[in-house]
Amino acid sequence: MNRQAFTKVRTAEQPGSRVPEDIRLSPRFKVPFRHVMLGLFVALVGLYLLLPTIFIIPMSLNASPSLGTMTDGWTFRWYQQLFSDPVWGSTALVSLQVGILATAIATVAGTLLSLALSRVLPQFRVALQGMSLAPMVVPPVILGIGLYILFLKLDLYGSMFGFVLGHAVLALPFVVVSVTASLAEFDPAQEKAALVLGAQPRQAFVRVVLPQIVPGIVSGALFGFVTSWDEVIVSTFLTAPGLRTLPVEMWTQSRTTLTPVLASLSTLLMVVSTGALLLVNMLQGRKSRKKGKRS
Amino acid sequence: MTSLIEQEIETATEVNDAPALELRGVTRKFGDSVAVDQVSFTLEHGTFLTMLGPSGSGKSTTLNMIAGFLEPTSGSILLRGRDIVGLDTNKRDIGMVFQNYSLFPHLSIVRNVAFPLEVRGVSRREAIKKAEEYLDIVDLRDRAKARPRELSGGQQQRVALARSLVFGPDLLLMDEPLGALDRRLREEMQVSIKRITEQLNATVVFVTHDQEEALVMSDVIAIYNEGAVEQFGTSQELYQKPASRFVAEFIGESNILEGQIVGSTMVVDGVEFPLSTRPDARRFFEGSHAAIVVRPEQATLRSSSSTAQSAPIVGRELPGVVTDVLYMGTSYRFFVHTDMGFDVEVRVRAHLPEAATRQGERIFVSWNPDDTAVVPA
Repeated sequence: MNRQAFTKVRTAEQPGSRVPEDIRLSPRFKVPFRHVMLGLFVALVGLYLLLPTIFIIPMSLNASPSLGTMTDGWTFRWYQQLFSDPVWGSTALVSLQVGILATAIATVAGTLLSLALSRVLPQFRVALQGMSLAPMVVPPVILGIGLYILFLKLDLYGSMFGFVLGHAVLALPFVVVSVTASLAEFDPAQEKAALVLGAQPRQAFVRVVLPQIVPGIVSGALFGFVTSWDEVIVSTFLTAPGLRTLPVEMWTQSRTTLTPVLASLSTLLMVVSTGALLLVNMLQGRKSRKKGKRS
Repeated sequence: MTSLIEQEIETATEVNDAPALELRGVTRKFGDSVAVDQVSFTLEHGTFLTMLGPSGSGKSTTLNMIAGFLEPTSGSILLRGRDIVGLDTNKRDIGMVFQNYSLFPHLSIVRNVAFPLEVRGVSRREAIKKAEEYLDIVDLRDRAKARPRELSGGQQQRVALARSLVFGPDLLLMDEPLGALDRRLREEMQVSIKRITEQLNATVVFVTHDQEEALVMSDVIAIYNEGAVEQFGTSQELYQKPASRFVAEFIGESNILEGQIVGSTMVVDGVEFPLSTRPDARRFFEGSHAAIVVRPEQATLRSSSSTAQSAPIVGRELPGVVTDVLYMGTSYRFFVHTDMGFDVEVRVRAHLPEAATRQGERIFVSWNPDDTAVVPA
């Protein structure tokens, strides 16, 4: 005990321990110039990225009837108009239906595809992975034209089912990427362990594999839904009377009647998208916290 | 038709007192290469078998075939007299402990142990009760609610052990389960695995490449070399009567002296070494190449200046010089360079008068032919 106390006193007296005190006395003069510049630069980049989006909010609240001019004071009128015009509600409902159904299909198919990718021979894996990620890379216009012609031939054009299928193709890669990432962390010996301990293959999947890749499936599904929810280009090709999604309607209106109602709608959509992304982040955050604890 | 009936009768009688595990000519090929070659052995109930061999010698492949992750190319595997080749892994009733434990990270310790019971349709409550009993056996009852990642490596290993035994399997497989642990923990785990499996009278097949671990834990050892079982026997048999040079070199330390058989002697560079003439000694064809295996403690030293010695000299004495002496606590290790040109290691218990031999001293090395083994070269 004595010895310990003695050592402690000695350390406190060492000159090195005085350094933090010096800094504390004159903190303002110690911040290097390059740190100030870095901070400024970061702020500029952030502003550059956020400004176009943030700018929508004051536009949606300004009383001026032409979009983009802000002269006439503030109002909630555009939000009122938004909710009184039935076209927004009905197209939003179509978007929601398409989004949910497409996400459901993409999530199931994408999860199964990822499981297959994790088991298939390496020489097939690259080709299969390339194919499943193609919708992310192929320009949407080409995809749109292709789907349009194909659906005309298959008599799917103008049907909800066709629309959903088209969007499922767009959402699929997001599920594949996300589930593949969580499968990469999954130890395949766990499935073997479950089998040898007496689990039927189905039980091994439901009780051991699935619970461990659920975060990947959920974040893939969220990304997939957001993709479908925002989609304009492919949707434009698939749109038919009575089957029009919210972003297509917005696009059409912005070409014809450019009112601040669009800005108010955009603000609402922004809130929804941000919420979805935060949810994804939370899920991934929970996963990485778990990992941190383990190591 | 007749053969089918015969088979049924045969199985029915076999189930009662059939050995726990029997392998008959089990072979596994991957393409052209033979990973496991004609392995046959029988394991009685409650026996601890270790498959020992260098990596890639086929021991893990054999284990995977018993577990059902791989099917043999030919041969049969009988579990309590029942051929399990082709049976699904989950229907084999075999417990298995993996090298990296493979505990389920999303389940608590007690749910991990209850898993084999739950998938067999036992109610959650009963399964957990039984799991707690087994956690008691491995001394981890107080960690029942923890997650696997909160436990140390040794604790996780004990959970894996409890999980593989909780459903009363016919056989427990362990695939290098101590590979990831440090030396001290390894030794502790060796003792507790041995204690627990003995307590539950489990039949165990254990895979390792660590010969010390094999000697400590096993009732019987199967030495693997290039896909085949080189020797199957107790630790003592393998150490004292190695069947081949590979076994002699793999188990324990040994001095190996190669030569040619002439009558009841082996000739090395024109010098005759007498071989054992006891009736149980291994016989060789005249003129065949063979090797004498002398364990360091089977050899004795005699100082050239004195006639004092603790055992009478039997066989040939080799003159030589002590090049190095290592003190090992209970014994000394002497490294002797013989005048014939090869080196011999001799281990002398510390209390014997020969232990006083110094480095650089001229001495004679000898051994009793009745103690040493002779193997084909």
